[in-house]
Amino acid sequence: MAEVSLTSVEKYYGKFKAVHGIDLQIEDGEFVVLVGPSGCGKSTTLRMIAGLENISGGEVTIGDRVVNDLPPRERNISMVFQNYALYPHMTVRENLGFSLKIANQPESAIDKAVDEAAHILGLDELMDRRPGELSGGQRQRVAMGRAIVRHPDVYLFDEPLSNLDAKLRTQMRVEIKKLHKKVGNTIIYVTHDQVEAMTLADRIVLMKDGHIIQAGTPLELFDAPVDTFVATFIGSPPMNLLNAKISGPSMVLEDGAQLPVPTDAKDLVRDGQDVVLGFRADSLSPVGHGIEETGLKAEVELDVQLTEPLGTETLLFVDFGGKEVQAKMHNPRHVAVGETLTFQLQIDKCHLFDASSGRAIRN
Amino acid sequence: MQDRNQAHRIRKRISTALTLLALFIIMLIICVPGLWIVLNSFRPTVEIMAKPPVWTPSFTLEHYRAMFGGAGEGGVPVFAYFRNSLIISVTSTLIAILIGMAGGYTFARYRFAGKSSWFVGLMIFRAVPGVALSLPLFIVFARIGLIDTHLGLILVYVAMNVPFTIWLTDGFFRQIPKELHEAAEIDGCTRWQAFWKVEFPVARSGVASAAIFAFLTSWNEFALASQLTRSVGSKTMPVGLLDFTAEFTINWGGMCALAVLMIIPALILTFLVQKHLIAGLTFGGVKG
Ligand SMILES: Nc1ncnc2c1ncn2[C@@H]1O[C@H](COP(=O)(O)OP(=O)(O)OP(=O)(O)O)[C@@H](O)[C@H]1O
Ligand SMILES: [Mg+2]
Repeated sequence: MAEVSLTSVEKYYGKFKAVHGIDLQIEDGEFVVLVGPSGCGKSTTLRMIAGLENISGGEVTIGDRVVNDLPPRERNISMVFQNYALYPHMTVRENLGFSLKIANQPESAIDKAVDEAAHILGLDELMDRRPGELSGGQRQRVAMGRAIVRHPDVYLFDEPLSNLDAKLRTQMRVEIKKLHKKVGNTIIYVTHDQVEAMTLADRIVLMKDGHIIQAGTPLELFDAPVDTFVATFIGSPPMNLLNAKISGPSMVLEDGAQLPVPTDAKDLVRDGQDVVLGFRADSLSPVGHGIEETGLKAEVELDVQLTEPLGTETLLFVDFGGKEVQAKMHNPRHVAVGETLTFQLQIDKCHLFDASSGRAIRN
Repeated sequence: MQDRNQAHRIRKRISTALTLLALFIIMLIICVPGLWIVLNSFRPTVEIMAKPPVWTPSFTLEHYRAMFGGAGEGGVPVFAYFRNSLIISVTSTLIAILIGMAGGYTFARYRFAGKSSWFVGLMIFRAVPGVALSLPLFIVFARIGLIDTHLGLILVYVAMNVPFTIWLTDGFFRQIPKELHEAAEIDGCTRWQAFWKVEFPVARSGVASAAIFAFLTSWNEFALASQLTRSVGSKTMPVGLLDFTAEFTINWGGMCALAVLMIIPALILTFLVQKHLIAGLTFGGVKG
């Protein structure tokens, strides 16, 4: 087990800079998820930690060793690839035991470790099959098994679930979390799925264009996004964003509607400033169908454009401030399209962002 | 509904039958010359020369007996030729496959300056007809004393086969996702181990097919061998066939008998290796 630390780590592919000086300290036993849109440099970062990609600048340490110039085999890590990369000419048993065999472990120790890993992942029945004879989910488990037979310092996962169907993905997510509880090793996990990130991570590292935009616990990113990118990336449905202008004690939306400025932000904005008002669907509900909150509220009359009943709640698409936004109705009743309802917006749950920089306006 | 199904089934059966018939005819066209050689090798000379041809097979071992017999009675040094052919083909195949694997792997995995020009250059080299090289080769080999040696032919065959083996193995290694060797490296292999323990076994069928082609090319090659060898010490079997031609006559029976001996090892080898070719590896390790 070990800490992993990245200091000003950069990666150039020729002239193209894929990773821009990343700083990241990962603690022993921490489950860190790198998340971000496609092409933001997650895999590249992970592969630099693994030693599969050379590091153009900066320093990577695992435990107390600088590993920049060590080949993968000397870094004491294991990795699960997006496409599993099982050895097609070996049986499941041989796949699992390969790393131990390379390390010249005695036959009996290999068998014991392999059986144990197979048992944890429920692979006992499949030991003599080849990867070609397994289903996607089974292959995925073999790939995980291959990573856990050894007890490396760090596990690296590169989108291990992206090839699975939705149901299996949820199931494996739980398995991975259990596994982490059981083995307690440091895990660095790459995904572009924010739900996976939210559910698995001790800490989420959100990346964009080779930069870290925000790092923190899932709730920190959810409750206090540093900018509009984080606000829309984390959470489902994404945060609603409306353009507004500060005018005295109120904000004026594009359609002329006026709302009070959230209490927290009052002293941080100036008159005439262009801002973006962000709020989650939970903060906008028909009167009587919301969550009881303290703090400033505002009431608005809105037309319902579309409804999405989800059972315990219904998503309502409404026109608000010149845009279509999503609202949430708890304890739902039937709502007809075109119906006009009085909605309550929890002003003090709203986020304000500066319109030009996109940064959150917050202490 | 029933009728439609039935009509459909009948149509399908007819098309299967037609396909089989077409295949049979094509195979016939391919196989008849070979078959004819085998039949002729067991036929008395009179029957071979008969017009119209005799189709009923007959059986005599006279040509084989003569071939293995003394030099005076139409015998040829079969064993020496066989040994020469074997040494030259096996050695040149081994070398060509090793170079081909190294080259193919490099083309498939590494980036380097002028990569595509190198590749095209190799293929162009392969496009030159071998016979066109016979005179220059003869002159060069005569200067450095490689005429009539095993080494000379081995070099020639290696040069002929390398572009092809590179091209073929490159294709096979390209199909193997790079994550396989990366996974092996993370599992503790050096780059070298990752190749031999993972990538090579996975590409084995490709290497085997490249080897068969290289072997057969060397085993059957006649044009250059006939120029570059002259004595029993280095003549290969195809060249040995010429021993059956005299100034005015050709000993067809003997020629066919030697040809049969030549075909047998090639058949056996193909048969042994084809298992690898067909078995092909299930690329299940990586989600396609
Ligand atoms: N071998 C390479 N050569 C050149 N550019 C590359 C190479 N590999 C990646 N890149 C570029 O580097 C950037 C980051 O790639 P990376 O694979 O890390 O993205 P990612 O965040 O993992 O995306 P995804 O979610 O699609 O896997 C991309 O713009 C990509 O085009
Ligand atoms: Mg990636």
